[in-house]
Amino acid sequence: MFDAADLTAFFITLKLAAVSTLILLALGTPLAWWLSQTRTRVKVVVEALVALPLVLPPTVLGFYLLIVLGRTGPVGRFMESLGGEPLAFTFAGLVVGSVIYSLPFVVQPLQDGFSSIGRRPLEVAATLGASPVDRFFSVVVPMARASFVTAAVLGFAHTVGEFGVVLMIGGSIPGETQVLSIAIYDHVEALEYGRAHVLAAGLLILSFTLLLAVYAMNRRLRLVRP
Amino acid sequence: MTIRARYQIHLDDFTLNARFSVPDRGVTAVFGPSGSGKTSLLRAIAGLERGPIEYLEIGQEIWQDDHRFLSPHKRPLGFVFQEASLFPHLSVEGNLRYGQKRARNRSPILTFGGVVDLLGTASLLGRNTRDLSGGERQRVAIARALLASPRLLLLDEPLTGLDLESRSEILPYLDRLHEELEIPVFYVSHQPDEVARLADHLLLMNNGEVLAAGPIEEMLTRIDLPLAHGLEAEAIVAARVDRHDDDFGLTYLNSRAGRFTVARINLAPGRPVRLRILARDVSLTIDRQSDTSILNIFPVRVDELIAESAAQMLVRLDAEGVVLLARITRKSASLLNIDVGSRLFAQVKSVAVLS
Repeated sequence: MFDAADLTAFFITLKLAAVSTLILLALGTPLAWWLSQTRTRVKVVVEALVALPLVLPPTVLGFYLLIVLGRTGPVGRFMESLGGEPLAFTFAGLVVGSVIYSLPFVVQPLQDGFSSIGRRPLEVAATLGASPVDRFFSVVVPMARASFVTAAVLGFAHTVGEFGVVLMIGGSIPGETQVLSIAIYDHVEALEYGRAHVLAAGLLILSFTLLLAVYAMNRRLRLVRP
Repeated sequence: MTIRARYQIHLDDFTLNARFSVPDRGVTAVFGPSGSGKTSLLRAIAGLERGPIEYLEIGQEIWQDDHRFLSPHKRPLGFVFQEASLFPHLSVEGNLRYGQKRARNRSPILTFGGVVDLLGTASLLGRNTRDLSGGERQRVAIARALLASPRLLLLDEPLTGLDLESRSEILPYLDRLHEELEIPVFYVSHQPDEVARLADHLLLMNNGEVLAAGPIEEMLTRIDLPLAHGLEAEAIVAARVDRHDDDFGLTYLNSRAGRFTVARINLAPGRPVRLRILARDVSLTIDRQSDTSILNIFPVRVDELIAESAAQMLVRLDAEGVVLLARITRKSASLLNIDVGSRLFAQVKSVAVLS
Protein backbone atom coordinates (compact mmCIF):
# COMPACT_ATOMS: atom_id res chain seq x y z
CA MET A 1 0.00 0.00 0.00
CA PHE A 2 2.84 2.39 0.92
CA ASP A 3 5.84 2.59 -1.32
CA ALA A 4 9.34 3.24 0.05
CA ALA A 5 9.24 7.01 -0.56
CA ASP A 6 5.93 7.33 1.28
CA LEU A 7 7.29 5.27 4.19
CA THR A 8 10.34 7.53 4.38
CA ALA A 9 8.08 10.60 4.42
CA PHE A 10 6.05 8.98 7.18
CA PHE A 11 9.11 8.35 9.37
CA ILE A 12 10.51 11.82 8.76
CA THR A 13 7.16 13.26 9.81
CA LEU A 14 7.16 11.21 13.03
CA LYS A 15 10.78 12.11 13.77
CA LEU A 16 10.13 15.80 13.13
CA ALA A 17 7.04 15.80 15.35
CA ALA A 18 8.77 13.87 18.15
CA VAL A 19 11.91 16.03 18.18
CA SER A 20 9.90 19.25 17.93
CA THR A 21 7.56 18.17 20.76
CA LEU A 22 10.46 17.40 23.08
CA ILE A 23 12.11 20.75 22.34
CA LEU A 24 8.74 22.52 22.70
CA LEU A 25 8.13 20.99 26.13
CA ALA A 26 11.66 21.88 27.25
CA LEU A 27 11.32 25.50 26.08
CA GLY A 28 7.58 25.93 26.56
CA THR A 29 7.41 24.79 30.20
CA PRO A 30 9.63 27.53 31.67
CA LEU A 31 8.13 30.10 29.30
CA ALA A 32 4.55 29.13 30.25
CA TRP A 33 5.50 29.10 33.94
CA TRP A 34 6.99 32.57 33.67
CA LEU A 35 3.88 33.83 31.84
CA SER A 36 1.58 32.34 34.48
CA GLN A 37 3.46 33.93 37.39
CA THR A 38 4.77 37.27 36.17
CA ARG A 39 3.06 40.60 36.69
CA THR A 40 5.30 42.62 34.37
CA ARG A 41 3.84 44.55 31.46
CA VAL A 42 6.19 42.76 29.05
CA LYS A 43 3.97 39.73 29.55
CA VAL A 44 1.30 40.86 27.05
CA VAL A 45 3.97 41.45 24.39
CA VAL A 46 5.40 37.98 24.92
CA GLU A 47 1.90 36.48 24.89
CA ALA A 48 1.13 38.20 21.59
CA LEU A 49 4.42 36.99 20.07
CA VAL A 50 3.76 33.41 21.20
CA ALA A 51 0.24 33.55 19.73
CA LEU A 52 1.39 35.03 16.40
CA PRO A 53 1.70 31.67 14.57
CA LEU A 54 -2.02 31.12 15.25
CA VAL A 55 -3.01 33.95 12.92
CA LEU A 56 -0.05 34.38 10.59
CA PRO A 57 -0.17 32.54 7.24
CA PRO A 58 2.46 29.78 7.55
CA THR A 59 4.04 31.02 4.35
CA VAL A 60 4.81 34.37 5.98
CA LEU A 61 6.55 32.66 8.87
CA GLY A 62 8.30 30.29 6.45
CA PHE A 63 9.41 33.19 4.25
CA TYR A 64 11.06 35.05 7.13
CA LEU A 65 12.66 31.88 8.43
CA LEU A 66 14.04 31.21 4.97
CA ILE A 67 15.56 34.70 4.90
CA VAL A 68 17.05 34.36 8.38
CA LEU A 69 18.23 30.75 8.12
CA GLY A 70 19.32 30.85 4.46
CA ARG A 71 22.86 31.25 3.13
CA THR A 72 22.60 35.05 3.13
CA GLY A 73 20.65 35.39 6.38
CA PRO A 74 22.27 36.24 9.72
CA VAL A 75 21.85 32.75 11.19
CA GLY A 76 22.92 31.13 7.92
CA ARG A 77 26.09 33.23 7.73
CA PHE A 78 26.82 32.47 11.38
CA MET A 79 26.42 28.74 10.75
CA GLU A 80 28.74 28.94 7.74
CA SER A 81 31.34 30.91 9.72
CA LEU A 82 31.41 27.99 12.15
CA GLY A 83 32.08 25.69 9.23
CA GLY A 84 28.52 24.33 9.20
CA GLU A 85 25.75 24.36 6.65
CA PRO A 86 22.90 26.88 6.58
CA LEU A 87 19.73 25.46 8.16
CA ALA A 88 17.47 26.15 5.21
CA PHE A 89 16.46 22.99 3.35
CA THR A 90 17.71 20.71 6.16
CA PHE A 91 15.92 18.62 8.77
CA ALA A 92 17.33 20.86 11.54
CA GLY A 93 15.79 23.86 9.76
CA LEU A 94 12.44 22.08 9.75
CA VAL A 95 12.74 21.53 13.50
CA VAL A 96 13.40 25.24 14.07
CA GLY A 97 10.39 26.16 11.94
CA SER A 98 8.13 23.59 13.63
CA VAL A 99 9.10 24.70 17.11
CA ILE A 100 8.21 28.32 16.35
CA TYR A 101 5.09 27.40 14.44
CA SER A 102 3.70 25.05 17.14
CA LEU A 103 4.81 27.14 20.14
CA PRO A 104 1.33 28.49 21.01
CA PHE A 105 -0.14 24.99 20.95
CA VAL A 106 2.23 23.99 23.74
CA VAL A 107 2.59 27.22 25.71
CA GLN A 108 -1.08 28.13 25.96
CA PRO A 109 -2.40 24.89 27.51
CA LEU A 110 0.55 24.86 29.91
CA GLN A 111 0.02 28.49 30.88
CA ASP A 112 -3.70 27.88 31.44
CA GLY A 113 -2.92 24.78 33.48
CA PHE A 114 -0.35 26.58 35.63
CA SER A 115 -2.65 29.57 36.17
CA SER A 116 -5.57 27.41 37.20
CA ILE A 117 -3.53 25.89 40.02
CA GLY A 118 -3.54 29.27 41.74
CA ARG A 119 -1.20 30.58 44.41
CA ARG A 120 -2.63 28.64 47.32
CA PRO A 121 -1.20 25.12 46.75
CA LEU A 122 2.24 26.69 46.24
CA GLU A 123 1.95 28.69 49.44
CA VAL A 124 0.86 25.58 51.31
CA ALA A 125 3.86 23.69 49.92
CA ALA A 126 6.18 26.55 50.90
CA THR A 127 4.91 26.59 54.48
CA LEU A 128 5.45 22.82 54.57
CA GLY A 129 9.12 23.37 53.75
CA ALA A 130 9.24 22.88 49.96
CA SER A 131 11.78 25.01 48.05
CA PRO A 132 10.72 26.71 44.78
CA VAL A 133 12.16 23.91 42.57
CA ASP A 134 10.71 21.26 44.87
CA ARG A 135 7.30 23.02 44.68
CA PHE A 136 7.39 22.95 40.87
CA PHE A 137 8.04 19.23 40.66
CA SER A 138 6.00 18.06 43.65
CA VAL A 139 2.93 20.29 43.16
CA VAL A 140 2.82 22.08 39.80
CA VAL A 141 3.79 19.17 37.52
CA PRO A 142 1.40 16.62 39.05
CA MET A 143 -1.46 19.12 39.32
CA ALA A 144 -0.98 20.25 35.70
CA ARG A 145 -0.39 16.77 34.29
CA ALA A 146 -3.43 16.97 32.04
CA SER A 147 -2.08 20.21 30.59
CA PHE A 148 1.25 18.54 29.84
CA VAL A 149 -0.54 15.75 27.97
CA THR A 150 -2.65 18.27 26.08
CA ALA A 151 0.38 20.40 25.23
CA ALA A 152 2.43 17.43 24.04
CA VAL A 153 -0.34 15.97 21.90
CA LEU A 154 -1.35 19.30 20.36
CA GLY A 155 2.29 20.18 19.69
CA PHE A 156 2.87 16.77 18.09
CA ALA A 157 -0.33 16.75 16.03
CA HIS A 158 0.12 20.30 14.88
CA THR A 159 3.67 19.58 13.73
CA VAL A 160 2.46 16.49 11.84
CA GLY A 161 -0.12 18.68 10.12
CA GLU A 162 2.06 21.61 9.09
CA PHE A 163 2.60 22.39 5.45
CA GLY A 164 3.34 25.99 4.59
CA VAL A 165 6.35 26.50 6.82
CA VAL A 166 7.88 23.19 5.74
CA LEU A 167 7.35 23.95 2.09
CA MET A 168 9.04 27.35 2.43
CA ILE A 169 12.11 26.38 4.45
CA GLY A 170 12.40 22.67 3.77
CA GLY A 171 11.20 22.21 0.25
CA SER A 172 10.53 18.61 -0.62
CA ILE A 173 13.82 16.70 -0.44
CA PRO A 174 12.98 12.99 -0.09
CA GLY A 175 14.68 11.47 2.94
CA GLU A 176 15.56 14.87 4.37
CA THR A 177 12.69 17.33 4.38
CA GLN A 178 9.83 15.62 2.57
CA VAL A 179 7.11 15.11 5.19
CA LEU A 180 3.68 13.54 4.72
CA SER A 181 1.76 16.72 4.02
CA ILE A 182 4.29 17.64 1.31
CA ALA A 183 4.20 14.11 -0.10
CA ILE A 184 0.43 14.35 -0.43
CA TYR A 185 0.77 17.65 -2.26
CA ASP A 186 3.36 16.14 -4.58
CA HIS A 187 1.11 13.13 -5.31
CA VAL A 188 -1.79 15.40 -6.16
CA GLU A 189 0.42 17.52 -8.40
CA ALA A 190 1.44 14.29 -10.17
CA LEU A 191 -2.23 13.25 -10.36
CA GLU A 192 -1.50 10.13 -8.24
CA TYR A 193 -4.84 10.42 -6.44
CA GLY A 194 -4.77 6.86 -5.13
CA ARG A 195 -1.54 7.33 -3.21
CA ALA A 196 -2.65 10.78 -2.04
CA HIS A 197 -5.83 9.14 -0.69
CA VAL A 198 -3.90 6.61 1.36
CA LEU A 199 -1.68 9.25 2.98
CA ALA A 200 -4.47 11.77 3.48
CA ALA A 201 -6.75 9.22 5.13
CA GLY A 202 -3.84 8.05 7.28
CA LEU A 203 -3.18 11.61 8.51
CA LEU A 204 -6.87 12.20 9.11
CA ILE A 205 -7.19 9.08 11.25
CA LEU A 206 -3.96 9.79 13.13
CA SER A 207 -4.97 13.39 13.94
CA PHE A 208 -8.48 12.41 14.97
CA THR A 209 -7.21 9.62 17.21
CA LEU A 210 -4.73 11.94 18.94
CA LEU A 211 -7.35 14.61 19.57
CA LEU A 212 -9.89 12.04 20.73
CA ALA A 213 -7.34 10.78 23.25
CA VAL A 214 -6.73 14.32 24.55
CA TYR A 215 -10.39 15.19 24.97
CA ALA A 216 -11.19 11.84 26.57
CA MET A 217 -8.31 12.28 28.99
CA ASN A 218 -9.35 15.80 29.88
CA ARG A 219 -12.87 14.67 30.48
CA ARG A 220 -11.44 12.15 32.94
CA LEU A 221 -8.91 14.42 34.63
CA ARG A 222 -11.10 17.53 34.50
CA LEU A 223 -8.23 19.85 35.17
CA VAL A 224 -7.98 21.98 32.05
CA ARG A 225 -9.46 22.37 28.63
CA PRO A 226 -7.09 22.11 25.64
CA MET B 1 10.37 34.14 75.88
CA THR B 2 8.45 36.41 73.61
CA ILE B 3 7.27 36.74 70.05
CA ARG B 4 7.86 40.27 68.85
CA ALA B 5 6.77 41.65 65.51
CA ARG B 6 6.62 44.90 63.62
CA TYR B 7 5.14 45.10 60.13
CA GLN B 8 4.18 47.76 57.69
CA ILE B 9 2.90 46.14 54.52
CA HIS B 10 0.93 47.83 51.76
CA LEU B 11 -1.72 45.51 50.39
CA ASP B 12 -4.27 46.00 47.62
CA ASP B 13 -6.97 47.65 49.69
CA PHE B 14 -5.34 48.58 53.00
CA THR B 15 -2.10 48.83 54.90
CA LEU B 16 -1.12 46.40 57.59
CA ASN B 17 0.50 48.36 60.38
CA ALA B 18 1.18 46.03 63.24
CA ARG B 19 3.44 46.12 66.26
CA PHE B 20 2.98 43.65 69.10
CA SER B 21 4.60 41.22 71.43
CA VAL B 22 2.93 38.14 72.87
CA PRO B 23 4.26 35.26 74.99
CA ASP B 24 6.02 32.44 73.15
CA ARG B 25 3.57 29.82 74.39
CA GLY B 26 -0.15 29.17 74.52
CA VAL B 27 -2.83 30.17 72.04
CA THR B 28 -2.95 33.79 70.89
CA ALA B 29 -6.27 34.63 69.30
CA VAL B 30 -6.04 37.21 66.52
CA PHE B 31 -9.45 38.81 66.77
CA GLY B 32 -11.18 41.57 64.87
CA PRO B 33 -13.86 42.33 62.28
CA SER B 34 -13.43 40.90 58.79
CA GLY B 35 -11.07 42.98 56.70
CA SER B 36 -9.13 44.13 59.75
CA GLY B 37 -5.92 42.45 58.57
CA LYS B 38 -5.95 39.24 60.61
CA THR B 39 -5.14 36.95 57.69
CA SER B 40 -2.55 39.40 56.32
CA LEU B 41 -0.80 39.43 59.68
CA LEU B 42 -0.55 35.63 59.62
CA ARG B 43 0.70 35.73 56.02
CA ALA B 44 3.34 38.26 57.02
CA ILE B 45 4.49 36.03 59.87
CA ALA B 46 4.77 33.15 57.38
CA GLY B 47 6.83 35.33 55.01
CA LEU B 48 4.13 35.27 52.32
CA GLU B 49 3.66 39.07 52.29
CA ARG B 50 6.51 41.57 52.04
CA GLY B 51 6.61 45.22 53.03
CA PRO B 52 8.90 48.15 53.77
CA ILE B 53 9.01 47.47 57.50
CA GLU B 54 9.47 43.90 58.67
CA TYR B 55 10.64 42.57 61.99
CA LEU B 56 9.90 39.20 63.52
CA GLU B 57 11.51 37.61 66.52
CA ILE B 58 10.43 34.17 67.73
CA GLY B 59 11.99 33.43 71.10
CA GLN B 60 15.72 33.80 70.52
CA GLU B 61 15.60 33.71 66.73
CA ILE B 62 15.13 36.63 64.40
CA TRP B 63 13.28 35.54 61.26
CA GLN B 64 13.33 38.88 59.52
CA ASP B 65 14.56 42.42 60.02
CA ASP B 66 16.07 45.17 57.88
CA HIS B 67 18.89 42.93 56.69
CA ARG B 68 17.55 39.41 56.86
CA PHE B 69 14.59 37.58 55.40
CA LEU B 70 13.98 33.92 56.03
CA SER B 71 12.12 32.46 53.01
CA PRO B 72 8.73 30.91 53.77
CA HIS B 73 10.00 27.38 53.11
CA LYS B 74 12.82 27.85 55.59
CA ARG B 75 10.56 29.02 58.43
CA PRO B 76 9.71 26.21 60.81
CA LEU B 77 6.01 26.96 61.00
CA GLY B 78 2.73 25.31 60.19
CA PHE B 79 0.05 27.30 58.38
CA VAL B 80 -3.52 26.06 58.18
CA PHE B 81 -5.43 28.15 55.68
CA GLN B 82 -9.11 29.01 55.85
CA GLU B 83 -9.96 26.45 53.20
CA ALA B 84 -8.10 23.23 54.00
CA SER B 85 -6.16 23.41 50.69
CA LEU B 86 -5.22 19.75 50.64
CA PHE B 87 -3.19 18.68 47.61
CA PRO B 88 -5.70 17.07 45.23
CA HIS B 89 -3.06 14.88 43.58
CA LEU B 90 -2.10 13.17 46.83
CA SER B 91 -4.01 10.84 49.15
CA VAL B 92 -4.65 11.82 52.75
CA GLU B 93 -1.50 10.00 53.80
CA GLY B 94 0.44 11.62 50.93
CA ASN B 95 -0.68 15.01 52.18
CA LEU B 96 0.37 14.19 55.74
CA ARG B 97 3.77 12.87 54.65
CA TYR B 98 4.47 15.89 52.41
CA GLY B 99 5.50 18.18 55.24
CA GLN B 100 6.98 15.39 57.34
CA LYS B 101 9.44 14.44 54.56
CA ARG B 102 10.60 18.03 54.23
CA ALA B 103 11.12 18.52 57.96
CA ARG B 104 13.83 15.90 58.40
CA ASN B 105 16.29 18.27 60.01
CA ARG B 106 13.79 19.62 62.53
CA SER B 107 13.30 17.74 65.75
CA PRO B 108 9.78 16.30 65.49
CA ILE B 109 7.29 17.62 68.03
CA LEU B 110 5.05 14.59 67.59
CA THR B 111 5.38 11.24 65.81
CA PHE B 112 3.27 10.39 62.78
CA GLY B 113 1.16 8.09 64.94
CA GLY B 114 0.90 10.74 67.62
CA VAL B 115 -0.43 13.37 65.25
CA VAL B 116 -2.79 10.92 63.56
CA ASP B 117 -4.19 9.98 66.99
CA LEU B 118 -4.38 13.54 68.20
CA LEU B 119 -6.54 14.57 65.27
CA GLY B 120 -8.38 11.28 64.79
CA THR B 121 -7.22 10.86 61.19
CA ALA B 122 -6.23 7.16 61.31
CA SER B 123 -9.33 5.99 59.46
CA LEU B 124 -8.85 8.62 56.75
CA LEU B 125 -5.27 7.74 55.71
CA GLY B 126 -6.03 5.76 52.54
CA ARG B 127 -8.86 8.03 51.41
CA ASN B 128 -8.92 10.40 48.48
CA THR B 129 -9.02 14.02 49.66
CA ARG B 130 -12.07 14.65 47.46
CA ASP B 131 -14.17 12.26 49.53
CA LEU B 132 -13.60 14.00 52.87
CA SER B 133 -16.14 16.17 54.66
CA GLY B 134 -15.25 19.77 55.45
CA GLY B 135 -14.42 18.93 59.04
CA GLU B 136 -12.26 15.97 58.03
CA ARG B 137 -10.37 18.07 55.50
CA GLN B 138 -9.59 20.69 58.11
CA ARG B 139 -8.38 18.04 60.58
CA VAL B 140 -6.08 16.58 57.92
CA ALA B 141 -4.77 20.09 57.16
CA ILE B 142 -3.98 20.66 60.85
CA ALA B 143 -2.31 17.25 61.14
CA ARG B 144 -0.27 17.98 57.98
CA ALA B 145 0.95 21.27 59.45
CA LEU B 146 1.88 19.61 62.75
CA LEU B 147 3.86 16.87 60.99
CA ALA B 148 6.13 19.53 59.50
CA SER B 149 7.38 19.87 63.10
CA PRO B 150 6.64 23.58 63.36
CA ARG B 151 8.10 25.90 65.94
CA LEU B 152 4.95 28.01 65.57
CA LEU B 153 1.46 27.09 64.38
CA LEU B 154 -0.71 29.53 62.43
CA LEU B 155 -4.42 28.74 62.13
CA ASP B 156 -6.44 31.03 59.88
CA GLU B 157 -10.11 30.67 60.80
CA PRO B 158 -10.02 26.88 60.58
CA LEU B 159 -13.72 26.65 61.47
CA THR B 160 -15.10 29.30 59.13
CA GLY B 161 -17.15 27.89 56.31
CA LEU B 162 -17.94 24.71 58.22
CA ASP B 163 -21.45 23.79 59.28
CA LEU B 164 -22.33 23.61 62.98
CA GLU B 165 -21.89 19.86 63.05
CA SER B 166 -18.35 19.98 61.62
CA ARG B 167 -17.45 22.81 63.98
CA SER B 168 -18.50 20.87 67.02
CA GLU B 169 -16.62 17.88 65.57
CA ILE B 170 -13.34 19.84 65.34
CA LEU B 171 -13.50 21.91 68.53
CA PRO B 172 -12.65 19.00 70.85
CA TYR B 173 -9.54 18.34 68.73
CA LEU B 174 -8.52 21.98 69.04
CA ASP B 175 -9.01 21.70 72.82
CA ARG B 176 -6.61 18.75 72.81
CA LEU B 177 -4.08 20.69 70.75
CA HIS B 178 -4.34 23.48 73.27
CA GLU B 179 -3.73 21.09 76.15
CA GLU B 180 -1.00 18.93 74.61
CA LEU B 181 1.04 21.20 72.34
CA GLU B 182 3.98 23.10 73.68
CA ILE B 183 4.42 25.37 70.67
CA PRO B 184 2.78 28.78 70.40
CA VAL B 185 -0.31 29.03 68.22
CA PHE B 186 -1.82 32.05 66.46
CA TYR B 187 -5.51 31.50 65.96
CA VAL B 188 -7.40 33.89 63.70
CA SER B 189 -11.09 34.11 64.44
CA HIS B 190 -14.01 36.47 64.49
CA GLN B 191 -16.13 34.15 66.63
CA PRO B 192 -16.14 35.28 70.29
CA ASP B 193 -17.14 31.81 71.54
CA GLU B 194 -14.14 30.13 69.83
CA VAL B 195 -11.80 32.77 71.22
CA ALA B 196 -13.22 32.50 74.74
CA ARG B 197 -12.83 28.74 74.61
CA LEU B 198 -9.37 28.36 73.10
CA ALA B 199 -7.31 31.49 73.62
CA ASP B 200 -4.83 32.35 76.37
CA HIS B 201 -3.90 35.70 74.88
CA LEU B 202 -5.75 38.01 72.61
CA LEU B 203 -4.46 40.28 69.88
CA LEU B 204 -7.15 42.73 68.91
CA MET B 205 -7.06 44.12 65.35
CA ASN B 206 -8.93 46.84 63.53
CA ASN B 207 -8.24 48.56 60.19
CA GLY B 208 -4.93 46.79 59.72
CA GLU B 209 -3.63 47.83 63.13
CA VAL B 210 -3.12 45.99 66.38
CA LEU B 211 -5.22 47.86 68.96
CA ALA B 212 -4.04 45.93 72.00
CA ALA B 213 -2.64 42.57 73.06
CA GLY B 214 -2.70 40.80 76.40
CA PRO B 215 -4.09 37.93 78.47
CA ILE B 216 -7.60 36.97 77.39
CA GLU B 217 -9.27 37.57 80.78
CA GLU B 218 -7.89 41.10 80.88
CA MET B 219 -8.57 41.95 77.24
CA LEU B 220 -12.22 40.87 77.36
CA THR B 221 -12.95 43.02 80.39
CA ARG B 222 -11.00 46.17 79.53
CA ILE B 223 -13.70 48.78 79.20
CA ASP B 224 -11.47 51.00 77.09
CA LEU B 225 -11.61 48.33 74.34
CA PRO B 226 -14.61 47.58 72.12
CA LEU B 227 -14.79 43.93 73.24
CA ALA B 228 -16.46 44.86 76.52
CA HIS B 229 -19.16 46.87 74.80
CA GLY B 230 -20.68 44.32 72.46
CA LEU B 231 -23.96 42.59 73.10
CA GLU B 232 -21.91 39.59 74.21
CA ALA B 233 -19.64 41.44 76.64
CA GLU B 234 -18.23 38.70 78.83
CA ALA B 235 -15.66 37.63 81.38
CA ILE B 236 -13.62 34.44 81.38
CA VAL B 237 -12.95 32.78 84.73
CA ALA B 238 -10.46 29.97 85.31
CA ALA B 239 -11.73 27.30 87.69
CA ARG B 240 -11.15 23.68 88.70
CA VAL B 241 -13.63 20.87 89.25
CA ASP B 242 -14.06 20.37 93.03
CA ARG B 243 -16.69 17.66 93.31
CA HIS B 244 -19.97 16.46 91.89
CA ASP B 245 -23.30 16.51 93.71
CA ASP B 246 -25.24 13.62 92.25
CA ASP B 247 -28.33 14.22 94.38
CA PHE B 248 -28.99 17.50 92.62
CA GLY B 249 -27.09 16.77 89.41
CA LEU B 250 -24.61 19.56 90.04
CA THR B 251 -20.87 20.15 89.90
CA TYR B 252 -19.00 22.48 92.23
CA LEU B 253 -16.06 24.40 90.85
CA ASN B 254 -13.42 26.35 92.73
CA SER B 255 -12.08 29.66 91.52
CA ARG B 256 -10.27 32.55 93.14
CA ALA B 257 -13.59 34.40 93.27
CA GLY B 258 -15.21 31.59 95.23
CA ARG B 259 -17.28 28.50 94.52
CA PHE B 260 -19.35 28.16 91.35
CA THR B 261 -22.26 25.78 91.15
CA VAL B 262 -23.10 24.52 87.66
CA ALA B 263 -25.15 21.73 86.11
CA ARG B 264 -23.19 18.46 86.31
CA ILE B 265 -20.29 18.22 83.84
CA ASN B 266 -18.35 15.12 82.90
CA LEU B 267 -14.90 16.04 84.15
CA ALA B 268 -12.94 14.48 86.99
CA PRO B 269 -12.27 16.52 90.14
CA GLY B 270 -9.09 18.57 89.75
CA ARG B 271 -9.52 19.17 86.01
CA PRO B 272 -9.27 22.81 84.89
CA VAL B 273 -12.27 24.43 83.22
CA ARG B 274 -13.02 27.81 81.75
CA LEU B 275 -16.20 29.62 82.62
CA ARG B 276 -17.80 32.27 80.51
CA ILE B 277 -20.00 34.83 82.22
CA LEU B 278 -21.91 37.36 80.15
CA ALA B 279 -22.20 40.91 81.50
CA ARG B 280 -25.98 40.81 81.01
CA ASP B 281 -26.21 37.78 83.30
CA VAL B 282 -24.63 39.55 86.28
CA SER B 283 -26.76 41.67 88.64
CA LEU B 284 -25.64 43.59 91.71
CA THR B 285 -27.01 43.82 95.25
CA ILE B 286 -25.95 45.82 98.30
CA ASP B 287 -26.48 42.92 100.72
CA ARG B 288 -26.01 39.22 100.14
CA GLN B 289 -29.45 37.91 99.18
CA SER B 290 -30.50 34.73 100.91
CA ASP B 291 -34.04 34.57 99.56
CA THR B 292 -33.03 34.08 95.95
CA SER B 293 -32.87 31.14 93.57
CA ILE B 294 -29.46 32.25 92.35
CA LEU B 295 -26.64 30.04 93.68
CA ASN B 296 -23.58 31.84 92.37
CA ILE B 297 -23.12 34.95 94.49
CA PHE B 298 -19.73 36.58 95.08
CA PRO B 299 -18.54 39.56 97.08
CA VAL B 300 -17.03 42.13 94.67
CA ARG B 301 -15.56 45.59 94.59
CA VAL B 302 -16.39 48.07 91.82
CA ASP B 303 -13.25 48.68 89.80
CA GLU B 304 -14.48 50.94 87.03
CA LEU B 305 -17.79 51.95 85.56
CA ILE B 306 -18.83 53.66 82.38
CA ALA B 307 -22.10 54.79 80.88
CA GLU B 308 -22.71 53.02 77.60
CA SER B 309 -25.92 54.79 76.69
CA ALA B 310 -28.56 56.98 78.27
CA ALA B 311 -30.01 53.91 79.92
CA GLN B 312 -27.13 51.49 80.48
CA MET B 313 -23.89 51.24 82.37
CA LEU B 314 -21.08 48.73 82.24
CA VAL B 315 -19.48 47.92 85.58
CA ARG B 316 -16.11 46.21 85.94
CA LEU B 317 -15.96 44.18 89.15
CA ASP B 318 -13.07 42.69 91.07
CA ALA B 319 -13.84 39.45 92.90
CA GLU B 320 -10.60 38.53 94.71
CA GLY B 321 -8.58 39.22 91.57
CA VAL B 322 -11.10 37.69 89.18
CA VAL B 323 -12.66 40.28 86.88
CA LEU B 324 -16.37 40.18 86.08
CA LEU B 325 -18.49 42.53 84.02
CA ALA B 326 -22.04 43.57 84.87
CA ARG B 327 -24.40 45.50 82.64
CA ILE B 328 -26.99 47.40 84.68
CA THR B 329 -29.26 50.39 84.14
CA ARG B 330 -28.10 53.86 85.09
CA LYS B 331 -31.16 54.12 87.25
CA SER B 332 -30.10 51.07 89.31
CA ALA B 333 -26.60 52.48 89.63
CA SER B 334 -28.02 55.71 90.96
CA LEU B 335 -30.55 54.03 93.33
CA LEU B 336 -27.88 51.72 94.79
CA ASN B 337 -25.39 54.59 94.84
CA ILE B 338 -22.75 52.53 93.01
CA ASP B 339 -19.36 54.12 92.50
CA VAL B 340 -15.74 53.06 92.14
CA GLY B 341 -14.74 51.25 95.33
CA SER B 342 -18.28 50.25 96.32
CA ARG B 343 -18.46 46.82 97.94
CA LEU B 344 -21.34 44.80 96.55
CA PHE B 345 -22.50 41.28 95.76
CA ALA B 346 -22.59 39.99 92.23
CA GLN B 347 -25.37 37.53 91.42
CA VAL B 348 -24.46 35.40 88.43
CA LYS B 349 -27.61 34.11 86.74
CA SER B 350 -25.92 31.88 84.21
CA VAL B 351 -22.48 30.33 83.72
CA ALA B 352 -21.28 28.57 80.57
CA VAL B 353 -18.61 25.90 80.98
CA LEU B 354 -16.37 26.18 77.92
CA SER B 355 -13.91 23.28 77.82
